[in-house]
Amino acid sequence: MRAGSNLEKMLESGQFAVTAELGPPKGTNQRVVERKAEVLRQCCDAVNVTDNQTAIVRMSSLSVSILLKRMGLEPVMQITCRDRNRLAIQADVLGAVGFGIQNMLCLSGDHQKFGNHPTAKNVFDLDSIQLIQTLAGMRDRKKFAGGDDISGEAPLFVGAAANPFADPFEFRVIRLGKKVRAGANFIQTQPVFDVDRFKRWMDLVRKRELEQQTHILAGVTPIKSAGMARYMRDNVAGVGIPDSIVSRIEQAKDVKEEGIQIALEIIEQLKQIPGVHGIHIMAVGWEDIVPVIAEKAGLLPRPVV
Amino acid sequence: MIVAEQKPLDELRQMLAPYDRLLILGCGTCVTVCFAGGEKEVAVLASALRMAEAIDGRGKAIAELTIHRQCEPEFVAELREKVGDAEAVLSLGCGVGVQAVAEALPGVRVLPGLNTKFMGQTVEPGQWKELCAACGNCVLDLTGGICPIARCSKSLLNGPCGGSEDGRCEIAPDVQCAWQLIYDRLTQLGLVHLMEEIIPAKDWSTARDGGPRRVVREDLAKLSQ
Repeated sequence: MRAGSNLEKMLESGQFAVTAELGPPKGTNQRVVERKAEVLRQCCDAVNVTDNQTAIVRMSSLSVSILLKRMGLEPVMQITCRDRNRLAIQADVLGAVGFGIQNMLCLSGDHQKFGNHPTAKNVFDLDSIQLIQTLAGMRDRKKFAGGDDISGEAPLFVGAAANPFADPFEFRVIRLGKKVRAGANFIQTQPVFDVDRFKRWMDLVRKRELEQQTHILAGVTPIKSAGMARYMRDNVAGVGIPDSIVSRIEQAKDVKEEGIQIALEIIEQLKQIPGVHGIHIMAVGWEDIVPVIAEKAGLLPRPVV
Repeated sequence: MIVAEQKPLDELRQMLAPYDRLLILGCGTCVTVCFAGGEKEVAVLASALRMAEAIDGRGKAIAELTIHRQCEPEFVAELREKVGDAEAVLSLGCGVGVQAVAEALPGVRVLPGLNTKFMGQTVEPGQWKELCAACGNCVLDLTGGICPIARCSKSLLNGPCGGSEDGRCEIAPDVQCAWQLIYDRLTQLGLVHLMEEIIPAKDWSTARDGGPRRVVREDLAKLSQ
């Protein structure tokens, strides 16, 4: 055990894990977080807290992670390289550990061009792989990136993202291998819509035996509307949503019901793929649906480890 | 070379409004090659300003001059005699040129006529692209001769992020993904294994982050003494 978090125990026990994403509010009201957290409390093993996702300023991932911890939920604090340099990130990690936060997810971060401050200067002092190395070094060598000793322990369960739907396809598994060697203990993938491509990626993952060195959680995003499906297909790079799914949504009488149905079908297929250790549900702006999906997918109640 | 673009005419007119006697100063090097601040651009801008002033019914005395290189003290020195009674010099040099001219002419207002964009090359007539970010510690040996610091939107050092699709960067369809280019080139060279290596956190102290930079060559300094 590296950190002994609930998520780590769940994955180490070999049971199928469930994580879900919580997007902090564009404002100061902690009630918004509390409401979303109550929805997610019983249906997942840990809750990812996004870090200014899509480069839109929101309540910070550190503060919301602390709030979740106080409510008795287990956070996965997301950290992007876009907004903070190695000093600021390590400072946040020290503080987070102090508050009992153990799971952290290392990300590059969406470019600020997409967000609500497109004229901002970005940082990218570290990239996501160097960030994994930094966190693993803080835990294992008890040293900062700059080489100084850290006083105290940093028991972290370090995660990273993977996108099997971005290009070049053959490099995607090489990149995963680099993340694993850098120290990624778990991986959460971008949402899977094209299951065939995901299977091909997992074949390459198993060829390199990476699924034995890290825990892979496959991403799932329920589609809420035809507009959302088309937008993701046409405007979001590296999502790869097949036309067949877009037309199913477009032709559905009850769009939301169809979105849930598609998510359940995808989860069913993901469960069958060797090396997939869990799912990560990213119900962007639709957190209320997560318990429904977890229930219908037969993933409730969550086991106690 | 250094690539620059002329500032919009309205902005220049506003900047020049307080001055009646102007010298528009071109540079014969990089900005001539990228058609932003050479002899021809000086002439075109001077006549545009004269016309605009004539329409507004005001008069400005506008002189024109292009020197070989605004960034070299020996070429800038001649300006002290040639600047005449100009109250302001509008430099069509890059940011280096503007500053070198200002240093040579302490009593004269020196203003920038260009926006200096980047270090790059011509793609095709009328199109230039950035290639080098002058980070002070070249990594091109590891990346197949394609710079991820200048050409990846996030300056990533360990391969493409999840926003790379069909060779394009997530920020815009007309931006190539630098890491796709690196991958293709290393594949072609049979060196794709280089991309398996983790490039550790970069030492940015050699870049602008380390403070204003200066290169000192003791051997050359001694020779000139």
